[in-house]
Amino acid sequence: MKAVAWHGKHDVRVDTVDDPGIVNPRDAIIKVTSTAICGSDLHLYDGYIPTMQAGDILGHEFMGEVVEVGPQSTLTKGQRVVVPFTISCGSCYHCGKQQFSACDNGLPADNQDIARELYGQPMSGLFGYSHMTGGYAGGQAEYVRVPFSDVGPIVVPDGVEDEQVLFLSDILPTGWMAAENADIEPGDTVAVWGCGPVGLFAIQSAFLMGAERVIAIDHFPNRLALAKRFGAQIVNYEETAVYDALMEMTGGIGPDAVIDAVGLEAHGFFVDNVIDQIKASTFLGTDRAHANRQAIIACRKGGRVSMPAVYGGFVDKWPLGAFMEKGLTLKTGQTHVQRYLPALLTAILEGKIDTTFLISHRMPLSAGPEGYRLFHDQQDEVTKIVLKPGMDR
Amino acid sequence: MAEQHDDGSAAASKHPHAAGDAFAHDTGDAITAQAVTINRPVGEVYAFFRDFTNLPTFMENVVTVDLLDDTRSHWAVKAPGGGTVEWNARLTAQEANSLLEWTSEDGADVPNSGRITFRDAGARGTVVTATIVYDPPGGIVGKVIAKMFQREPAIQARRDLRRFKQLMETGEIATPAMNRRQFEEMGL
Repeated sequence: MKAVAWHGKHDVRVDTVDDPGIVNPRDAIIKVTSTAICGSDLHLYDGYIPTMQAGDILGHEFMGEVVEVGPQSTLTKGQRVVVPFTISCGSCYHCGKQQFSACDNGLPADNQDIARELYGQPMSGLFGYSHMTGGYAGGQAEYVRVPFSDVGPIVVPDGVEDEQVLFLSDILPTGWMAAENADIEPGDTVAVWGCGPVGLFAIQSAFLMGAERVIAIDHFPNRLALAKRFGAQIVNYEETAVYDALMEMTGGIGPDAVIDAVGLEAHGFFVDNVIDQIKASTFLGTDRAHANRQAIIACRKGGRVSMPAVYGGFVDKWPLGAFMEKGLTLKTGQTHVQRYLPALLTAILEGKIDTTFLISHRMPLSAGPEGYRLFHDQQDEVTKIVLKPGMDR
Repeated sequence: MAEQHDDGSAAASKHPHAAGDAFAHDTGDAITAQAVTINRPVGEVYAFFRDFTNLPTFMENVVTVDLLDDTRSHWAVKAPGGGTVEWNARLTAQEANSLLEWTSEDGADVPNSGRITFRDAGARGTVVTATIVYDPPGGIVGKVIAKMFQREPAIQARRDLRRFKQLMETGEIATPAMNRRQFEEMGL
């Protein structure tokens, strides 16, 4: 089969590889119909995530048709499913508490050592996202082996388009959990850094959860326009001093909750960010975290910090003093995708959440490398690229 | 021998010779202890482990375990360059749903001994702790040990316990292999 594979920094190719097959009893094989390139895939593309190996198949946002099932799978051939990016067993203590991304058993035993060294305990497996997260082949391919298929994938009703539900795989539940982690109370003002897909879904979710006002911060005009479309007030950090604007807009209080939907590749020409870039390029520090610092400084006293953004390693100059003195609360984590799927599918079918607005580009799978280059170079124009293997067939 | 004044295990001690405390019946001074919590009842976890013929399904380098009688078993373990090393092991203590201790019999290529404990952890299932004492690596024995435990016994024991947990909790062992052919190449 054909698959989009990583070969090094800014080197993504379409490879011909073995077809997947059933290995374990709970497996299913999915024939991919739609698969998206995620903003976090750009972290791989830019070489920020360790333990990638040449030939690794990328992609963790995908859906398709069930074509083969193991004896313990609850799926049946011909069903259409969306697959969560987290590989979780459904049987361990953490899955029992609905903490699916903290699953004990999603990672192969040999792959758990790196995360144990880096994080203390290993997390769930992820599709197509380095060997630290399991070395599982990803969904930017014609076919994918899906472990624990009785727990993860959600079956999509007939008559629903791929593009309505594809984002259940990652970014919609991630944006939803970001808003949930902000513990929004009616009347709150919520500030969201980053108007990529997760930020835009967090904005919609925050309003659904009762936020009176959402303020969106970015520098891409097209993304800010989308945020405005969902009712957010917008701040372009290239034109406006963010802290000053937020304080003025909130009557000197600061936002009740702040959401960092930017993560480890924060843009912007600020002194601490430039130092971060120098350190990152010399491997002294791996994460660039300007947005996160700014969010903590702006947040009101006793407020909440939600961090859906991806961080992998260490940061310094993190304002721990402000965090402590103001008595902030931080909630974060990889998304517990499986927890949110049924309710979010219902919300989509009822028209409460708009998902299709996001897609700016549709391409055949064979154009994957072009898609990565485009997404990397044109982040204003490109909001979401969906690869469709069927366009090659 | 340095004494410990806290509740950490001997294997976690910062004092180099504390390991000798672990077993009275072995003088080897290399030791590893690993613990895992398995979300299944202690009776089920103990019973699966106590049938030693099950062990090769999750212990990466153990090829076969044959039962000789109630307390003795014959082990075949992958050796460097193909083939196996083999020895007989004897249970020196056992308590149902609680404890298994073993030692290799005289003449073993790789003298070893150890203890597995099982503790009911209520709603969290069962805590399994493996303590293994072995001769420090060196010479041919060291090579065999290195192969048997892939890198070192601590890492191998930890990985084998994770596979045990996966098998008990999920009914299978997680693998990134895309298909059976890759799985055969990768092994457990």
